[in-house]
Amino acid sequence: MQEENVINITVVDRDGIEHSIDAPTDMNFNVMEICKASDLPVEGTCGGMALCASCHCYVMSDHELSTASDDEEDMLDQAFFVEDNSRLGCQIKLHNDLDGLKIKLAPVA
Amino acid sequence: MIKTDILIVGAGPVGLFTVFEAGLLKLKCHIVDVLPQVGGQLSEIYPKKPIYDIPGYPSVLAGDLVDNLMKQIKPFKPTFTLGEKASEIKSIGDKMYQMTTDRGTVIQAPVIAIAGGLGVFTPRKPPIPNIEDYERKGIDYMVKDPEQYRDKSILIAGGGDSALDWTIELQGIAKEITLVHRRTSFRGALDSVDKVMALAQAGKVNLITEAQAIGIKGGDHLTHVTIKTKESEADIAVDYFIPLFGLTPKLGPIADWGLGIDRGSIEVNTVDYSTNVPGIYAIGDINTYEGKLKLILCGFHEGTLMVQSAFKYIYPDQKLSFKYTTVSGVNAFE
Repeated sequence: MQEENVINITVVDRDGIEHSIDAPTDMNFNVMEICKASDLPVEGTCGGMALCASCHCYVMSDHELSTASDDEEDMLDQAFFVEDNSRLGCQIKLHNDLDGLKIKLAPVA
Repeated sequence: MIKTDILIVGAGPVGLFTVFEAGLLKLKCHIVDVLPQVGGQLSEIYPKKPIYDIPGYPSVLAGDLVDNLMKQIKPFKPTFTLGEKASEIKSIGDKMYQMTTDRGTVIQAPVIAIAGGLGVFTPRKPPIPNIEDYERKGIDYMVKDPEQYRDKSILIAGGGDSALDWTIELQGIAKEITLVHRRTSFRGALDSVDKVMALAQAGKVNLITEAQAIGIKGGDHLTHVTIKTKESEADIAVDYFIPLFGLTPKLGPIADWGLGIDRGSIEVNTVDYSTNVPGIYAIGDINTYEGKLKLILCGFHEGTLMVQSAFKYIYPDQKLSFKYTTVSGVNAFE
């Protein structure tokens, strides 16, 4: 049974290796922060303001996510390797409905 | 040739405030920054964002904090070299360093304080494998002289203000102009978006949306850019390709200065934020130590302690008595 306020997410790194991470949902973490906390190679240069695109990732599972804000879309305009399922990790807040979320880190230009 | 007491690399908030603390000890400062304006990330990335953790300010816009810091350090008459990259440093004798910028400006100082933040802001380069082969041979990441493009065919890529502004500016100068953007909507100022749309409708700008540049071809000089849209790929004949995807910080030349570096940050001694090289300090986001937090307020603290150490380093025989500004005021430089 799933522990309360902990979800499991999968992050595929740039070498294709899958990392299974148990992530708390009651600490206001986003995907960028949980990647950094798990020592995955995500810079998070701007600290989560959607201003650097260093946490650019692809959403691989079919979870319903909040729509990207204008700020996020604007930043993705400055990123490369952008696909239809591109998001900024820092803009994906972790909550209980995201159990089983799978994301893949985008290549670094 | 510029001579100063403390050469500060980086005109962000920490570099600026260090001028104040140095000034209280009657040390003069000169600041070098690659960006054309002061403020570092605060001016370049988020001037309109509020900051909530500057003591005494419940909320302050990043741009306003920079303006206030400039006012605060004015009595100490700092000098600036802006728009130039600190490239090389060498020791030129006892307690004296010489720095040269990428544009040949030479600065001498006994102490260097690296307040480089996230590093040198450099243009984002599209991930096209041979792109570097054509830099200055048809590929420019910024427009320096519009006349260079007179009667040429140019392709601009990007969706922000600079892409829109240069499309408008260069239309009429260039023979032919194409703008390529990932989406159908633009994030630039509304007025610029309207203008570009009007130019596209009038057939003066070739606008290709939901597309990206994925390849380049040429001989000695660029001849074609490959554009991929949802449906197809096509080569477009151009003389110049100008990708405008903003700036991103890179550690840059600092990595070659012989300093201890851990994961892109400079290792320091937390007693005085000195590096492993005597006379060179690192303060603010660019340094690392156990428990490091990348906060402006921590950088202010680091700069304050650092100048005390710098004073003792420059004048080992002089006594330094600490004075509160509330008691002695701020004594401006002549």
